[in-house]
Amino acid sequence: MTAMQKVSLGAHYVVHLQAPDDFAFWRERARGLIQCDVPPDRLSWVEPGGMGDLFATEGPFRGERRLPVPDDDARPVRASKRFMKLARNAALHSDPQRFGLLYRMLWRLQSNPRAMEDKADPDVRRIEELDKAVRRDSHKMHAFVRFREVRVEDGSRHYVAWFEPDHHIVRANAGFFIRRFANMNWSILTPRGCLHWDGVTMRESGPARREDAPQGDPIEELWKSYYASIFNPARLKVGAMLAEMPKKYWKNMPEAELIPDLIAGAQAREVGMVAAGAREERERPASLAAIAEAIIGCRDCPIAECDTRAVMGEGPADATLMIVGEQPGDREDREGRPFVGPSGQLLDECLAQAGIDRSAAYVTNAVKHFKFAQRGKRRLHQSPSAKEIDTCRWWLESERTLVKPRLVLALGASAARGLLGKTVSISQARGKPIALEDGAELWVTVHPSYLLRLEGTAHEEQGARFAADLAAVKARVAELEG
Amino acid sequence: MVQKITTQTLRQKLEILADAAKYDASCASSGTVKKNSLGGKGIGSTEGMGICHAYAPDGRCISLLKILLTNHCIFDCHYCINRKSSNVRRARFSPQEVAELTLNFYRRNYIEGLFLSSGIIKSSNHTMEQLVECARILREEHDFRGYIHLKTIPEADPELIHQAGFHADRVSINVELPTTSGLIRLAPDKDERQIEGAMGKTKARIIQAQDERKRFRHAPRFAPAGQSTQMIVGADNASDADIVGKASSLYNAFGLRRVYYSAFSPIPDASAVLPLKRPPLMREHRLYQSDWLMRFYGYAPREVQQATEKDGNLPLDIDPKLAWALKFREQFPVDVNRASKEQLLRVPGLGTTAVARIVKARRHRTLRLDDVAKLTQSIAKVRPFMVALDWRPTMLTDRADLRALLAPKQEQLELF
Repeated sequence: MTAMQKVSLGAHYVVHLQAPDDFAFWRERARGLIQCDVPPDRLSWVEPGGMGDLFATEGPFRGERRLPVPDDDARPVRASKRFMKLARNAALHSDPQRFGLLYRMLWRLQSNPRAMEDKADPDVRRIEELDKAVRRDSHKMHAFVRFREVRVEDGSRHYVAWFEPDHHIVRANAGFFIRRFANMNWSILTPRGCLHWDGVTMRESGPARREDAPQGDPIEELWKSYYASIFNPARLKVGAMLAEMPKKYWKNMPEAELIPDLIAGAQAREVGMVAAGAREERERPASLAAIAEAIIGCRDCPIAECDTRAVMGEGPADATLMIVGEQPGDREDREGRPFVGPSGQLLDECLAQAGIDRSAAYVTNAVKHFKFAQRGKRRLHQSPSAKEIDTCRWWLESERTLVKPRLVLALGASAARGLLGKTVSISQARGKPIALEDGAELWVTVHPSYLLRLEGTAHEEQGARFAADLAAVKARVAELEG
Repeated sequence: MVQKITTQTLRQKLEILADAAKYDASCASSGTVKKNSLGGKGIGSTEGMGICHAYAPDGRCISLLKILLTNHCIFDCHYCINRKSSNVRRARFSPQEVAELTLNFYRRNYIEGLFLSSGIIKSSNHTMEQLVECARILREEHDFRGYIHLKTIPEADPELIHQAGFHADRVSINVELPTTSGLIRLAPDKDERQIEGAMGKTKARIIQAQDERKRFRHAPRFAPAGQSTQMIVGADNASDADIVGKASSLYNAFGLRRVYYSAFSPIPDASAVLPLKRPPLMREHRLYQSDWLMRFYGYAPREVQQATEKDGNLPLDIDPKLAWALKFREQFPVDVNRASKEQLLRVPGLGTTAVARIVKARRHRTLRLDDVAKLTQSIAKVRPFMVALDWRPTMLTDRADLRALLAPKQEQLELF
């Protein structure tokens, strides 16, 4: 008797599955049915509690008819590894048609073993779609399950989560959570059944409700703080977030309740970030006169609040040599010109001795306003902070862009920072050229006010080194001009 | 000052130190060896594929607890919110606190592991010691088997970097800026040679450890997820062509797993030398696309550079692959039924998955336009560049306005 003869002519078979995710059972039945040559259109698969397909609900076909049994020597059923892998996963989908679809594909594979390779085939595409949806759902389960800690009476800790999957994936993903949290007591409650792990054995139980899961966990406040802090409001991309974390998951994720406020506040925070940065992108002034005018109104750093005047650099607009000091002092502020106070007088003397013509050089300061502390009637000089120098660097750079000096002489550490953007040690940097990015050379030496503070031999020693630095600059300027 | 720090709560510290870490683009937890906690004392597993446990409204994935150990720093890099001259609030975690926080988050399935970086305090060696100590506590005291990514400090003692790689899945050193002049200008305390020297040493260690594993099964692993780096885009005036060139030389020289691009975003208390404007997110996206072209589509760096416009930047309105195809129209149309895989990968609109499907499907049937439509995301983009059994794009590749046809439409704003 051949297998075909066992199948009653025109009969329609119904297979009742024991569980919606029982792939092994389906495989067993499908193997037997294929061996008995039951064609796909004469077969219905019914899930527990499900209606199966249309045929299964209609009169004469209701109920499970006795299924045919294949002969012992029936030819084996074959399927590629790839099909098995896909089918095992696709069977977890909640689509009631899935088992019928898989059976039809298995049926076709018997006559065309390579049918799975035809990616343009509708059945192949549908199976791949199911597989993809299940993989995504599993991946989201791995990602979005949120455990809450429950203190048990004996002092141990139990971690309980509530999750709502779209497909029948709970049992299939138990392994992932066991491997990850092997030494933790945990339970995952879902409307499709629950998992419980006590560190040794896995237990399953029936569907649960959301109320069965614990509410709240003190660590969630920390996690929410983290979530809000790691978000960069300047990069708002809500679409990208929604694509990967659709709203349906939000209700079970503690951090998601922050999202509306984070989005609403993002623009204000971004504006705040930019405003706190204190300066906007602006055009560089086109002439030295424009700089002179613009620095009067500059309020980029707190020094400008001291109510002093801005002191602009002076000298030829095409000077080869630019001399940069720290900031205007008391006298400079009153007169509105750089290097006219005691330091300026000393500088003039030293320049003259070295043979440098001050009127041929462009003389300016790293910081344009005088920073001081009021002591009675006296205004005591205060060093500008690194940040103030960095802020004012923009003006100094604007001057450099216009004058294009080929050699810049920085007097003191503040001036050097204004040109290099970092603090250097004068003793290490002096006496040799440092290349600036526009090709100019930077030479660094001490500020003349340093010499004014020294006495005796120290004064003479440092005076001589200063003179030597200036002499080297003089020689180099001559070289550059020559 | 010290008083102020000791009175900060754990939550305040977390806020400061997570905020300070958000400018690092990487949050990947993929590409490491499989580990799990079965038979161990602690928790944790890595199964190859990374998992994003949440997404922030900036669209970026939150996979790791990404924090700084401290945001105190003796360096003064202009683009960095934590530089010495910045006025941000400062905080510091102890290694114990970092380990506790990581485990507390991990037990609740919030994260895949830890991404720890730090400002430089006292000295490079001291800082590196503290970073390694965090990883050691997690691995040795708590038998933590999740993912750890450690930022290493190029100036630190090689022995400390070795220990970092022994505990961590991935180590990284940021090259920060694509050009040497940018680095000198914006990160005056950093040194390109030192950064690249450290990357070279790390590469050698990784190869050595892989080699030892082949001979001795129990040889310790060294950073099994390799090393990566990050470049800031838009803080200096490097063009996309410069950046692509730099990235490809880094991939070649140091065997990097990834080069991350981070669009420079305005930071509070910014240094005056930086542009304060919206981060160039689209530019960053185009650079990632070009990165993919080099890594998965067989484009040479030179070819990606050919796709750039006159100013050396990639066009922002169309992707770099389409830009390349429009410049080299003589290579198209490509016959989907005959062309090699390499040629198919150059067709705009065909991704690696679509190409693999086409190559398989065409063994079974001669593909028509409809078939190709089923195998790809959008046939409209592919159509002008391909030939199928019933489709030939007459004149399309010669049309002068092809770019306008394919570029996404500009949206006309409504009058308000």
